[in-house]
Amino acid sequence: MGDLITMDDLTNEEIIQILDAANTLLPIARGEAYLPLLQGKVLGNLFFENSTRTRMSFETAMKRLGGEVLNLSTIGSSVAKGETLYDTMQMVDGYSDIAVIRHPRQGAAQYSADAVNIPILNAGDGAGNHPTQTMLDLFTIREAHGSLEGLNVMMVGDLRYGRTTHSLSHALVRFGAKLTLVSPKSLKMPIEIVSDLKSHGAEINETEEMISSISSADVIYMTRIQKERFPDEDEYNKVADVYKLDASDLVEAKNEMIIMHPLPRVNELHPNVDSTEHAKYFQQAFNGVPTRMALLCRGLGIEVPKKVK
Amino acid sequence: MSEMRRVTAICNGTAIDHIPSGHALQVLKMLRLNVGRSNPISMVMNVPSGKMGRKDVLKIEDRELNQEELDRLALIAPKASVAIIRNYGVAEKRTIELGSELINIVKCSFSNCITQNNREPLPHKLKVISSEPMEVRCSYCGRNQNVDEMVDYII
Repeated sequence: MGDLITMDDLTNEEIIQILDAANTLLPIARGEAYLPLLQGKVLGNLFFENSTRTRMSFETAMKRLGGEVLNLSTIGSSVAKGETLYDTMQMVDGYSDIAVIRHPRQGAAQYSADAVNIPILNAGDGAGNHPTQTMLDLFTIREAHGSLEGLNVMMVGDLRYGRTTHSLSHALVRFGAKLTLVSPKSLKMPIEIVSDLKSHGAEINETEEMISSISSADVIYMTRIQKERFPDEDEYNKVADVYKLDASDLVEAKNEMIIMHPLPRVNELHPNVDSTEHAKYFQQAFNGVPTRMALLCRGLGIEVPKKVK
Repeated sequence: MSEMRRVTAICNGTAIDHIPSGHALQVLKMLRLNVGRSNPISMVMNVPSGKMGRKDVLKIEDRELNQEELDRLALIAPKASVAIIRNYGVAEKRTIELGSELINIVKCSFSNCITQNNREPLPHKLKVISSEPMEVRCSYCGRNQNVDEMVDYII
């Protein structure tokens, strides 16, 4: 019921409702008010792969709403002894009311949802999907542009393994976005995703060149070339630094254009971009808190009030 | 001479006609009839067919294939015609149906799919996105499967 595995689990209307709820929860996310909507509830935070923002923002989101968090990491747990995901999930099912899972294997979130009764939120499954990131990305885009409709969005970098771009592109085309997909040939968006996007009637332009599309973009979504997904280092080195966005590249950009990045960044986004009006990536990282609060409430069937004092 | 008669009529068993030319061996593999000591099987390959140009035919003696087994064939021989033979006559005709989901028939081929760990106990599930052209996708990881290679991933 309350699972969120891919963006297909949410209708456009539900997406808007969740973003509205997240907006209402902003003062709680900032710590300016306290609203224990999730008191007595326990979140299982299951990270089988590294995470900074996702793990911490889920934990903050749960705690700011009065809930408790159980953390599992693969180091020091029976996962290291070879326990199956199925067995681990049976334990989590018994110990918590909702679970967030990140796993290096693709399909792990759907598998977990099939294995247990509690709601599962996918926080990244291999190179698959990352829908809670997409929700905070949409929150950030709507915050800046006032709407999600009909935007010109550039996605840059590792579109093959970059799960954030997989989920975000699915969501954006449903709101009529025009996508420019910028990547080296070896890291193009997987064909099944491009074919799905086109079946939604999306206008998609795939290119290897970044600079010429900047002036028409409403959003530039930069991503890191993910070293950990490459089978060998030589292949990684060939494409590691192909895209580097610098403040000087932005002279022709629209004033209202925003630059996003799921972070962490390496060299693709120069620190001199941070002080420009376009930079929204740190705000985006904070937005994980109110958005994930709203998603936890949805998962647990708790209604968010229309107004928070 | 009917092409079905290139081999002797069988007394009891299953006859599978209109298999795409050259695919009879894959059908046997799909039905797991290619291993161990199995029933007598007659195979005709690449014979002329009015409907298909060329086709393969299989006759399996003393074994009536059930619907679950036959539905496996939908992946490689969706238009095959199947007759259950009893006492040299056609006792029943069965059709092959491609369901919307293939459960525990074929494994996902993607090396990083969660189902690659054989100790994980949940069933392998592949979703049929479309039948013509055949498009099949893992229900867990979402990867499209190479239909021509799926026979190598039969469970």
